[in-house]
Amino acid sequence: MRPPRNLKRYLSVFRIRLAYSLQYRTAALAGIATQFFWGFLLIMVYSAFYSSSTSQPPMSLPQLVTYIWLQQAFLAFIMLWFRDEELFGLITTGNIAYELCRPGELYGFWYAKLLAQRIASALLKCLPIMGTAFFLPKSYQMMLPPDVLSAGLFIISLLLGLLVLVGISMFIYISVFYTMSPYGSLLLFNVIGEFLAGMIIPVPLMPDWLQDIVYLFPFSWTADFPFRVYSGHFHHTEAAVGIMLQLIWLTVLVTLGRLAMKQALRRVVIQGG
Amino acid sequence: MPVIELHHISKSFKVATRSSGLANAFKALFSREYTTVQALDDISFTIEPGEIVGYIGPNGAGKSTTIKIMSGILVPDRGQCRIMGYTPWRDRATYVRHIGVVFGQRSQLWWDVPVIDSFELLRDIYKVPLPEYRRSLDQLTETLELSCLLRTPVRQLSLGQRMRCEIAASLLHNPDILFLDEPTIGLDAVSKKAVRQFIRTINQERGVTVILTTHDMQDIEALADRIIMIGKGKLLIDGKLGELRSRFGSQKTVTIDYRTRQDQAADALPDILGTEAVHLADGRAVILVDTDRTNISEVLGKVTDHLEVLDVTITSQPIEEIVLNLYKEHQL
Repeated sequence: MRPPRNLKRYLSVFRIRLAYSLQYRTAALAGIATQFFWGFLLIMVYSAFYSSSTSQPPMSLPQLVTYIWLQQAFLAFIMLWFRDEELFGLITTGNIAYELCRPGELYGFWYAKLLAQRIASALLKCLPIMGTAFFLPKSYQMMLPPDVLSAGLFIISLLLGLLVLVGISMFIYISVFYTMSPYGSLLLFNVIGEFLAGMIIPVPLMPDWLQDIVYLFPFSWTADFPFRVYSGHFHHTEAAVGIMLQLIWLTVLVTLGRLAMKQALRRVVIQGG
Repeated sequence: MPVIELHHISKSFKVATRSSGLANAFKALFSREYTTVQALDDISFTIEPGEIVGYIGPNGAGKSTTIKIMSGILVPDRGQCRIMGYTPWRDRATYVRHIGVVFGQRSQLWWDVPVIDSFELLRDIYKVPLPEYRRSLDQLTETLELSCLLRTPVRQLSLGQRMRCEIAASLLHNPDILFLDEPTIGLDAVSKKAVRQFIRTINQERGVTVILTTHDMQDIEALADRIIMIGKGKLLIDGKLGELRSRFGSQKTVTIDYRTRQDQAADALPDILGTEAVHLADGRAVILVDTDRTNISEVLGKVTDHLEVLDVTITSQPIEEIVLNLYKEHQL
């Protein structure tokens, strides 16, 4: 099946950005080292908690270890702070002028760029991290998913989660049209987003009332949900329902994002002559 | 039937201002003062297909703002603009297919990948059919001498090489109109010449309408049939270059080389001729003649009567000076 011609334009942007990002091997190596460090650190902390816990935790330790390794391996898929300086530069220096005189939607071009950048980074990191984590000593070892269906649902939910995340991060870029500096909105999105996505404390370990709040926002669908599908914490039907909800969030976010972008462009001022 | 029509276009920007100093910076935290800058004030002109128009004015005159409005990037506050039947900012997505834009101070090429990759991307973005793209690329490669540059990453190109690639990138989709915002900025003489020659060629061969802003009057002299001058957002002059020259460039510079003799003091020359002297030395005199007031042959007659002339050169005022005088006249 050939993609529609309009899509091809965005695929092309995606392709060049992917090739562009895959060049940065040293950065990826440094990233892998950091992620191992964090992974071990978190597992040690949680092991200590679990060994002194008196009640039955809502998630078993091996499930939690897997959850943490997945977080590290797919960091680029779930981190809001993962940002494209180039796009910020385009807005604040006025180079956006060129992007604006292209046919097609700016939203689509930027979405494709951000997506490609994240995929490139994940491609460089996920295999070495997961490959190693499967062969670590018992208490640090990553588990395989319980069955093939769970694995399949995991891949679908992970990719949809990525699409949702890019949809959220587009709002950071759109906000720069108004604020001229990305740092405020980055900070705001990071602090709130990462907490609500279960990046600081895994969502299953949160108190029930907090979990209810978390599920009102799209953030947990980007990271927490696919990882729990992988570990079997969510069963097949729950996973399928979750995927439907991811699709709904994606539609809502992209629709709102495109509207916001149009609005922002109407009042845009090209910086610097 | 004009291809570009602007009617009473106005655009203003709100600029936050504050005086220097910590106290004022602190005050600005609570209440900001804004001033409105009128970037464009009631600009109207029409351009026919196939014209090359030089759009000139000092820095901050509103040249780039006009280009941005015409390329659909900025929305004016008031006025109408019809280009090829489109309103640029309203029909942006379909309209931009017909135009090419070069912003001399910005880059549209991907910094770390070979030039050809950026071109391929543009082909997909503009949906240029493959045969047409090939033809276009071949022609551009040949006339702009790009063949050895296409496989090089952009970051390794010199400014002149990059500018040639930028211009090629803006023409891959065969636009009918080309907007050039300072295309020769920072280029050396050779690159400038190449760029000018190329603009002439595509104008003649493809019939592309070209609107060009520049501070380099040689660009104007080499390219533009017509100039539009704006200053402080207002349209000041719109006319043929030749007319401008005959209207404002009535001064000729006459350089006379003569044999020095004791009894002929060159200092007396301006009084005798009734003209202004720029430079007087033994054996050489440079004088300005205003052809509106004095007849040049009369002046030359007097010169030969008084001096033993070895050589005479008459040059018209360079366009640069004409424009400078115009700026002065309009208090820009």
